[in-house]
Amino acid sequence: MIKVDGIHKSFGEVKAVRGVSFDAPDGKITGLLGPNGAGKSTTLRVLYTVLKPDDGSASIDGHDVVASSLEARRRTGALPHGSGLYPHLTARENIAYFAKLCGLGGAEIDEKVDNIIELLEIREFADRRTKGFSQGQRTKVSLARSLVHDPQNVILDEPSNGLDVMAIRSLRELILKLKDAGRCVLFSSHVMQEVAALCDDIVIIAHGQVALDDSADGIRERTGCDDLEDAFVEAISMVEQD
Amino acid sequence: MRTLLIVFAKEVLDNFRDRRTLASAILMGPLFGPLLFAFVINLSIERSLADVEKTLDVPVIGAERAPNLIRFLESNNMRIVDAPETREDAMTAVQVGTHDIVIVIPEEFGEQLSGGMPARIEVISDQANTTADRESRRVRGALYSYSQQLAAIRLTARGVNPLVLRPLNIDDVDVSTPSGRSGILLGMMSFLFIFALLMGGMYLAIDSTAGERERGSLEPLLALPVTRDQLILGKILAACVFMALSLALSIASFSVAIRFMPLEQLGMTPNFGPDVVVKAFLLLAPFILLGAAVMTLVASFTKSYKEAQTWLSVVLLAPTLPILIVSLLTLRPRFEFMFVPSLSQHMLLVDMVKNEPLDPTHVAISVTSTLIAGALLTWLCARLYRREGLLG
Repeated sequence: MIKVDGIHKSFGEVKAVRGVSFDAPDGKITGLLGPNGAGKSTTLRVLYTVLKPDDGSASIDGHDVVASSLEARRRTGALPHGSGLYPHLTARENIAYFAKLCGLGGAEIDEKVDNIIELLEIREFADRRTKGFSQGQRTKVSLARSLVHDPQNVILDEPSNGLDVMAIRSLRELILKLKDAGRCVLFSSHVMQEVAALCDDIVIIAHGQVALDDSADGIRERTGCDDLEDAFVEAISMVEQD
Repeated sequence: MRTLLIVFAKEVLDNFRDRRTLASAILMGPLFGPLLFAFVINLSIERSLADVEKTLDVPVIGAERAPNLIRFLESNNMRIVDAPETREDAMTAVQVGTHDIVIVIPEEFGEQLSGGMPARIEVISDQANTTADRESRRVRGALYSYSQQLAAIRLTARGVNPLVLRPLNIDDVDVSTPSGRSGILLGMMSFLFIFALLMGGMYLAIDSTAGERERGSLEPLLALPVTRDQLILGKILAACVFMALSLALSIASFSVAIRFMPLEQLGMTPNFGPDVVVKAFLLLAPFILLGAAVMTLVASFTKSYKEAQTWLSVVLLAPTLPILIVSLLTLRPRFEFMFVPSLSQHMLLVDMVKNEPLDPTHVAISVTSTLIAGALLTWLCARLYRREGLLG
């Protein structure tokens, strides 16, 4: 369960996020949708605690991301945008490293690493060093790495970037599995169709503000557009750029 | 603590698989250092031994006019060779460097000599040419002693004790021990060790900030439920291990290499037994933490791997500066120098190799002050690792 309450974040003169609020409940998939530079990544970075908000607050399962950031991180599996792996370690070692850092120990590590390798269909290249992996293979391993400790909340920043059709399809299946397991899934994208196909809730962000926060149908209704792409464009134009 | 050890173990494994790190830790310092040292030593031995042992070729114009002098020069390990025809040719030859030195014996030499007049001899050399300096000094020295010898003979012939010409008897007493003389050359040895030490951990230091960031693995790492202090400390600790490894190897390989350097020919007997290897490592060990922290700190300000490499190569040279200044001014170890990292290690090391006793207070100050500096910088690294700007 992720709650975001009026967060602001500036980088020097640039106001990246200006008062974003939304809820991402457990057992639901929430999509953060917006054009490039809308403030999606900044919002997510605040949620997985690598950035502190200038104003406003956010919490993960009730734990404030600033005041008890360690606890918030413990309940989160994050896939930052453009995640990289350690090229001299095998896929399995990369995943196991994160598992250990998440506090798993002993036989539990092997078991969980095996599980996630199975789940994400990594087995074929699990024991190869990750140097020279394709983008799809890298994303799978990065994803496995962030999910190995079974986090209740999953935050994925543009997970489908650079993936081919087959990889996107298996990513979609994985996200649905997480939803069925009662997890809170929050992911960002700039592709309307992708979000519409998966999300229970869509938060459209533009110019650092929330333009619309509704289901796909709700968004169609409120913008008066049948086509989702038109609805997306319409919603963005609702937010004024200053 | 557990996190720190996990990070440490991963960094060690990761870097042992990285050829670049391994090459710089295990090959660069330990091999490059002794090789460079051997090269310099051999060069200097060659230069200083050449003039004493090698027969010096001396071109003489008018050698037939002074057969006794020529015999004297030949008995002083010189060989008389063909000279240019005229005095003018000789001057040009020296100017362009065909000859380092030419002796000209004028026609009137024999006449002046038998007449008891000061007989003129010309020594043509280029005083600005420092490489010919040794040769011309040798020739002048020989001529001077020939002159002394003649004077003594003349005085004796007149019934005067030749000693009246020597009111002063100057004796040089050199107190430098044979190993003491080697100290100057061994001065560069401490830098080679420090260089090897820093090289060993350089890539790890870059990796903990600029490297992780460039690869995109920093952000996922920071999103884990661990404190950043533990991450950075684990990384610095791993850098320390590689630095220690590199240092140990370079000292050990140096102690082997020094046996094959003909130092005895220079009258040097450097003290570099197994006990010195161990002590040298212990003396330099406090510098490891400082080196790892400085490198990590500098790398954390850079935007990319390339930029970090550029800046760290400056850091590699920084420890030379105090060593260089002190070597040029030939300063002896002093209390206040022991507070300066790299300088204190250098001075203690040189003393030890020269077989001179170490002052325990000096050792204590060197170790503590370097460790404190290292701890402070490590703390600063940890502080900086907490800032948001780390993500770039």
